[in-house]
Amino acid sequence: MDSITQIRFIWKPIVFLACLIPFVHVVGDLYGITGDLGANPVEAILDRFGNWGIRFVMIALAVTPLRKITGWNWLARFRRMLGLFAFFYVLMHFLTWFYLDQQMLWASMVLDIAKRPYITVGFTALLLLTAMAITSTSGMRRRLGRRWNTLHKSVYVVGVLGVVHYWWQVKSDFREPLIYAAILALLLGYRLMTSRPKRQPQATAA
Amino acid sequence: MLIKKPSDIKPSEITSHSNYLNRRQIIKAAGLIGGAAMAPAAMGAVVPEGQFAKIPDIRKSEYSTDEKVNPYDDIVTYNNYYEFGTGKSDPYRNAQDFEPRPWTITVDGEAEVTGTFDFEDFIKPFDVEERIYRMRCVEAWSMVIPWNGIALADVVKRFRPTSKAKYVAFETLYDKERMPGQRWRSLDWPYREGLTIEEATNPLSILAIGLYGEALPNQNGAPIRLVVPWKYGFKGIKGIVRMSFTEKQPPASWNMQQPREYGFYANVNPNVDHPRWSQAYERRISSESSILARRIPTQMFNGYGEHVAHLYKDLDLRKYF
Repeated sequence: MDSITQIRFIWKPIVFLACLIPFVHVVGDLYGITGDLGANPVEAILDRFGNWGIRFVMIALAVTPLRKITGWNWLARFRRMLGLFAFFYVLMHFLTWFYLDQQMLWASMVLDIAKRPYITVGFTALLLLTAMAITSTSGMRRRLGRRWNTLHKSVYVVGVLGVVHYWWQVKSDFREPLIYAAILALLLGYRLMTSRPKRQPQATAA
Repeated sequence: MLIKKPSDIKPSEITSHSNYLNRRQIIKAAGLIGGAAMAPAAMGAVVPEGQFAKIPDIRKSEYSTDEKVNPYDDIVTYNNYYEFGTGKSDPYRNAQDFEPRPWTITVDGEAEVTGTFDFEDFIKPFDVEERIYRMRCVEAWSMVIPWNGIALADVVKRFRPTSKAKYVAFETLYDKERMPGQRWRSLDWPYREGLTIEEATNPLSILAIGLYGEALPNQNGAPIRLVVPWKYGFKGIKGIVRMSFTEKQPPASWNMQQPREYGFYANVNPNVDHPRWSQAYERRISSESSILARRIPTQMFNGYGEHVAHLYKDLDLRKYF
């Protein structure tokens, strides 16, 4: 088995299942199998999916820098999957808010998206991720050409929006959003540093 | 009323501690029986030492709500008490080893009677009542909690505040060794809160010393905390060591932290949103109901308007939130 086949049929399924663990854990806690969600389960689910959403955004963003530093080019083959998991967890976070927190009260939901800056910011991030998820297929990538790169670079914007979204909900303990902000600053800083030398010929992109 | 015991406390968490306590409680109880024989009437407030110690002679109160009370586990595992950490279950996890006794409370400022009192002496002159109150957190969740407490109005009266006393200020214990959350500055320690003297002497205001008929758990503010049910939960200062009568409005911790977001009055008000989230609705927490816990409209003054609205009739509640 060559290495591409190996990645495709062994490593990808393994990583896929690993990425599902946080989701399975939440469902397990919900049914009292793997633990419990405490006195405020809606808040607990919301927080867990939100946390994993922002973590996967960071993980997906880290793929390219890590590949360049280590020379492990096979990492690139996992980038789309990791990005899609970021979308998945952010979507679950949104659906939890929509179904369980707002209980599908459209009026109050629309009002919240418009009136509460942290929700506006979070919702914008979800829209960007949705656009990226829809255009994540190879066919779409071919069709969009250069515009695809531009669109998918907005994952950095998603990272910033995610950190702001988290930051604006905290009452006084900023330690956790600060950690994400620091990671994001590192990833962004690396990109800016490495992109300064004149345009790299087309190549690996974003 | 159904008294539900915590079902998930591991034996390892309580055994050694409870042996010690049992011995002490037996001694105390013997003393109480002896005392009761002499003076069967007014006993005054007594909270035996130790976790889960039963509080004797609790009277019912007309101020109690008949809404469904939250299970004990909800109340003791989910709350804010930044002195023990900023997460909702941090107080439950980090306050277990806290020793709330011996405890003293200093009374000072514009009053005729001042001084430092042992907790036991501080509460003794008063009767313990059960007050089942709604608790509305500024974070838009709520519970129904069966407190046991003494009327703050009676406490205030006992210290005979002078005509200069316009406010009552409270302070929480500041002890980094015993309160690990104070080791970093998530708030400007010690936690401080205050009420106008009219608010403090309102019949709804109590100093809680118990929960579900037992000594107040550490994570809920042992041994003594403020409960003012028409205000957001953060006004209910816990672990009180100082009570001061002041002429000027005293500092209040969250108000100092973010004056734009948390006012001194902090009355529950569905019409004045927190700048970052709506206050129109609240989630009534209940681990017993389905995952779709009830999302209910928040009531003005948390539904206690008939008792407190008159206090604010001349106040612009949008400005003095």
